[in-house]
Amino acid sequence: MSVLAPNDRQPDNQHSRPAGAGAPQQPSDVSMWFSDGWTVTKRNLIKLKRSPDMLVFAVLQPIMFVLLFSQIYGGSIQVEGSDYTQYLMAGIFAQTVIFGSTFSGSAMAQDLKDGIIDRFRTLPMSSSAVLVGRTNSDLVLNTLSVVIMMGTGALVGWRVNTSPASMVAGIGLLLLFSYAFSWVMALLGMSVKSPEVINNASFMILFPLTFISNAFVQAQNLPGPLETFANWNPVSALVQAVRELFGNTGTVPVPDAWPMQNAVLTVLVGAILMLVIFVPLCIRKFASISSR
Amino acid sequence: MAIIEAQGLKKTYSSKSGPVPALDGMDLSVPQGTVKALLGPNGAGKTTVVKILTTLIQPTAGTAHIDGIDVVRDPKAARRIIGVSGQYSAVDENLTGFENLDMVGRLYHLGARESRRRAQELIDQFELTEAGNRPVKGFSGGMRRRIDLAGALVINPKILFLDEPTTGLDPRSRLSLWGIIKELVRDGTTLLLTTQYLEEADQLSDDITVIDGGRAIAEGTADQLKAQIGGHRVVVSLVDAADAASAREILGRHGSGDPVVGGDGRSIEVTVNEGPRALQYILSELGERGIELHDAGMRRPSLDDVFLQLTGHRAEDTEEASHQKEPAA
Repeated sequence: MSVLAPNDRQPDNQHSRPAGAGAPQQPSDVSMWFSDGWTVTKRNLIKLKRSPDMLVFAVLQPIMFVLLFSQIYGGSIQVEGSDYTQYLMAGIFAQTVIFGSTFSGSAMAQDLKDGIIDRFRTLPMSSSAVLVGRTNSDLVLNTLSVVIMMGTGALVGWRVNTSPASMVAGIGLLLLFSYAFSWVMALLGMSVKSPEVINNASFMILFPLTFISNAFVQAQNLPGPLETFANWNPVSALVQAVRELFGNTGTVPVPDAWPMQNAVLTVLVGAILMLVIFVPLCIRKFASISSR
Repeated sequence: MAIIEAQGLKKTYSSKSGPVPALDGMDLSVPQGTVKALLGPNGAGKTTVVKILTTLIQPTAGTAHIDGIDVVRDPKAARRIIGVSGQYSAVDENLTGFENLDMVGRLYHLGARESRRRAQELIDQFELTEAGNRPVKGFSGGMRRRIDLAGALVINPKILFLDEPTTGLDPRSRLSLWGIIKELVRDGTTLLLTTQYLEEADQLSDDITVIDGGRAIAEGTADQLKAQIGGHRVVVSLVDAADAASAREILGRHGSGDPVVGGDGRSIEVTVNEGPRALQYILSELGERGIELHDAGMRRPSLDDVFLQLTGHRAEDTEEASHQKEPAA
């Protein structure tokens, strides 16, 4: 994730090339990876800046979720052992960053549709740069969301009850998981025929995934099979881990399922697994896609 | 060895109704510093050839080299010497013209300073100043095409690929783009251009390969191709359809093929060897017989004619092809 470091400086080759002289000497693979990844990230961020609807969505939606859930359900949902606002916040954080990651998918599909992928694929750039740039800029967006949600949460009385280090670890875990999930979505985005498919499909999959979890209610209150599903749901593990790291668990009992008992470890392993599997798959897929 | 060399290219796409061959043994050879036009109707396989040569897709069979580089084995090396502008503008709508070109420069690894300098240079050269500092979104198709074309030229590529550069443009933008392309190839860039307009191939290229059904079916200069299909055509339009039979007989005597009577029964067309002289004779004989005409003239063969002659079927995209027909001389 350190790819965000600006790397504008390049070995300054002699550029007074006559026509037909071709491209200059190529930089090393590593510096190419950094600079190309950064070039595409910058492009995505400029796009974001120029699409006010996206920004408003990214800023207002987290605020809305925090306020809606805490103010509306706060009075009706009881969680034994914790104040609902304290309990709820990690759930909203997780849900928001996971939905944020789906943008990687729809944006890849959109780029494919617009034909810009064909331009990229005929350039001598690093083969993962477009994907790195995509997932990086969505990480930036998710970071922004998390900061906004934490600020809004603080306004409605939510508190981090652990050390600053633990808080940073909690934020890191949210972002790591969403970053890894971005790669899953990017692969999906390259595999579908239109960006709309991604949007519809992600709602169909992610709503159940985030709601049949411990994000908003305790899993123990769900009917039989749903309770088991919720306890083994990776989203639950993320929520549980973040709750623990932020110190929002109160005296709520931890369900007796392995991922719940070892939430932080589960999320770490899960995120790394997603990256190990989906980064190579994405790069391979990218090498064979072409618009239309 | 020619700078672009492709042999026996095959590409088969799978679809629900079974495999669809897009290329079926295509050969192509383009000498350095020349302009080759790949001429054919929609679906002939032109874009597939360009996509293979520009590393976007891999052929099912066959070999392709550019400047001695195997494009399938070493796509990255190939990408360093090519510039590509596709049928659909591959520009980022949310970026300004300058930002688009600057980004392309950086991805060719020109470095930040040189990328900016080159982007500005292209903006000036292509008269894109208006689009230089505003997102591309709001601009016309012609302007986008120009930005896209400028993107293909960021490195002064050794080989330039233009896939239907003027399809969908209005005549004025088309002429302006032709001007730019002619300027470009003057200093020796090798260009492979695909088009469905015979006129465009004629205007821009040194040599034409006609492609149909995924393979090359004819090759030569525009003049050679036209000569091959019989030079000019004489077209007359009768006032009275009752004269058709006798007019047909006259045209038949001066033509090199069978005259064709149009659907309205009053327009008759025939291929002739020596256009102006045949027209003279035909007109004077029609005059002697007292056959009255609405219109009479000569036209050069169109893509449609080339296709009819070479393949026995018309270029599928008849609407596009009709653009091609030149006014009576």
